[in-house]
Amino acid sequence: MSLKKVSKDQPEHFQFSENSLKAANQIVKNYPKGKQQSAVMALLYIAQRQHDNWIPLSAMKYVAKFLKMPYIKVYEVATFYSMYNLSPVGEYFVQVCTTTPCMIRGAYKLVEACKEKISENENTLSKNGKCSWMEVECLGACVNAPMMQINEDYFEDLDKEKTLKILDKILKGEKPKPGSYRGRINNEPENNRKTLLEFKNA
Amino acid sequence: MLKDKDRIFQNLYNDLGSDVSSSQKRGDWVNTKSLIDKGRDWIINEIKSSELRGRGGAGFPTGLKWSFAPKEVGSRPHYLVINGDESEPGTCKDRDILRFEPHKLIEGCLIASFAVQAHVCYIYIRGEYFIEGQKLQSAINEAYEKNLIGKNASGTGWDLDIYIHYGAGAYICGEETALLESIEGKKGQPRLKPPFPALVGLYGCPTIINNVETIAVVPTILRKGGNWFSSLGKEKNTGTKIFCISGNVNNPCNVEEEMSIPLKELIEVHAGGVVGGWENLQAVIPGGSSMPLIPKEKCETLTMDFDSLVKEKSGLGTAGVVVINKDQDIIKCMARIARFYKHESCGQCTPCREGSGWMWRMLERMAKGEASKNEVDMLMDVTKQIEGHTICAFGEGSSWPVQGLIRHFKKEIEKRNNFDPLINKDRKIPYLVDQHLLDK
Repeated sequence: MSLKKVSKDQPEHFQFSENSLKAANQIVKNYPKGKQQSAVMALLYIAQRQHDNWIPLSAMKYVAKFLKMPYIKVYEVATFYSMYNLSPVGEYFVQVCTTTPCMIRGAYKLVEACKEKISENENTLSKNGKCSWMEVECLGACVNAPMMQINEDYFEDLDKEKTLKILDKILKGEKPKPGSYRGRINNEPENNRKTLLEFKNA
Repeated sequence: MLKDKDRIFQNLYNDLGSDVSSSQKRGDWVNTKSLIDKGRDWIINEIKSSELRGRGGAGFPTGLKWSFAPKEVGSRPHYLVINGDESEPGTCKDRDILRFEPHKLIEGCLIASFAVQAHVCYIYIRGEYFIEGQKLQSAINEAYEKNLIGKNASGTGWDLDIYIHYGAGAYICGEETALLESIEGKKGQPRLKPPFPALVGLYGCPTIINNVETIAVVPTILRKGGNWFSSLGKEKNTGTKIFCISGNVNNPCNVEEEMSIPLKELIEVHAGGVVGGWENLQAVIPGGSSMPLIPKEKCETLTMDFDSLVKEKSGLGTAGVVVINKDQDIIKCMARIARFYKHESCGQCTPCREGSGWMWRMLERMAKGEASKNEVDMLMDVTKQIEGHTICAFGEGSSWPVQGLIRHFKKEIEKRNNFDPLINKDRKIPYLVDQHLLDK
């Protein structure tokens, strides 16, 4: 259960764009007739992507009408799950995993880097207004620890220096290359692979 | 070490490509029709004789679970739900299956759906695995194009539709009933059991829920035979398993190995040893963060399977091995895990909602050395009051790691925490208004 603040500045209106509407209608079809409420999570996510990475209250009301369900139920879902942002975040939203497997491999060095480059506090926009960062719980890439997620992409096998370089890039508005920063393309033991050798580089 | 030909996930390291044609070269989708033609009972019996146990953490026998589905489809349709909400710290096996072996999973979905008589299958993937989800979606699209799934899937006469449902960052949705609530578009709060999902599950209909890895190994078991699978590993702990070795090792990796492999072999051979040598090992979390840790002395001879880890008062869980060496502060490591559970508690049951915060705050103080000696026993008492007093197994999951810490590192905690809560000396603390009571 995450504690989240709903933004004080709320836009009056929200409406799905043409693309969002198409995607939303497609998703509603995935569920049986009369069970369209199931699509609420996906629709909130679509709304979030359309609306600069955060969900205003008007979008929740819109989704509630769209799915013919009570607004409070949508609000419950939006506040329960931690991936929905209820107040503005940066265009580049950096999430650093600091749970134990990452922590013992130096995840707090990554946090230091974020503090130096982006902002002193979590969930605060950087000076140019483009980035924000936060600590999150396990992102499920423990073998590639320490790691962080920027929007949808995973950046793995980092250290402080590499993180500083990535953050420099996003602050300039460039797109850094996602994936492992030790050149791994998979989760094999580096330079120590003992299994499935006949296929290697086949 | 397991022979390469006995490995189920031949493409675990993506040497061969994950698209449908290269998967077919590896043997996926080759004779799916002939497997399904052998009938429902044959499939379930073969899985039962393989003694496959669920790979999601609880280790429930898969064949048995499938046999709980009603034999006849009544007025309510059956559903198959695949649990890919992999969020247990230390575990990242499903991610590799989703991105490198998606067709094993999809074929498994078809066979399992046929076995439990489901025409619709939902795959629940955690929201953060967006890229992996897209890879799976493109694999599903390929399968539809080739008519491997869809109407008359693979020419078997069975119709199957597969949909992906994304989560949105809630660990608790890995619990099966919370996952169902989440698919229904509600908060992910677990339901009371019974009724079990096999009878009353998704939308109130009979539902079978399996982990990604469990379903992905099914086609290979049926091809090679249940006896082949049960010949690997130990009795009741059969087959192969993907182990994720993370933490202070030289080569953190995912590797598929036989069940009952010695922990030391796993760490020394595959993961390149502990950072600073074996002597530098402090403790190992054997199965994802919710399993109690194991101190070094016991790691020498430990074998990795469900039953021998239960004997050590721990568990195999998801087989996410987290290695902690002596450079780390063990109390701090556990305090961080307690913070994870405090953050992820769904808030439904009071012991868990309040207790997970208590445990975290106490452990944080203990890591700093600000606790008194008798608080160690108090902490143990708190964990005992959470364990078994909640709707789902989250209560156990959050209190076991703390119990493991106290069981094996009590001396360490007591050494650091000598703070005496009673004020025996005149301390002149300005806010202590009752200081005069200390006057003799």
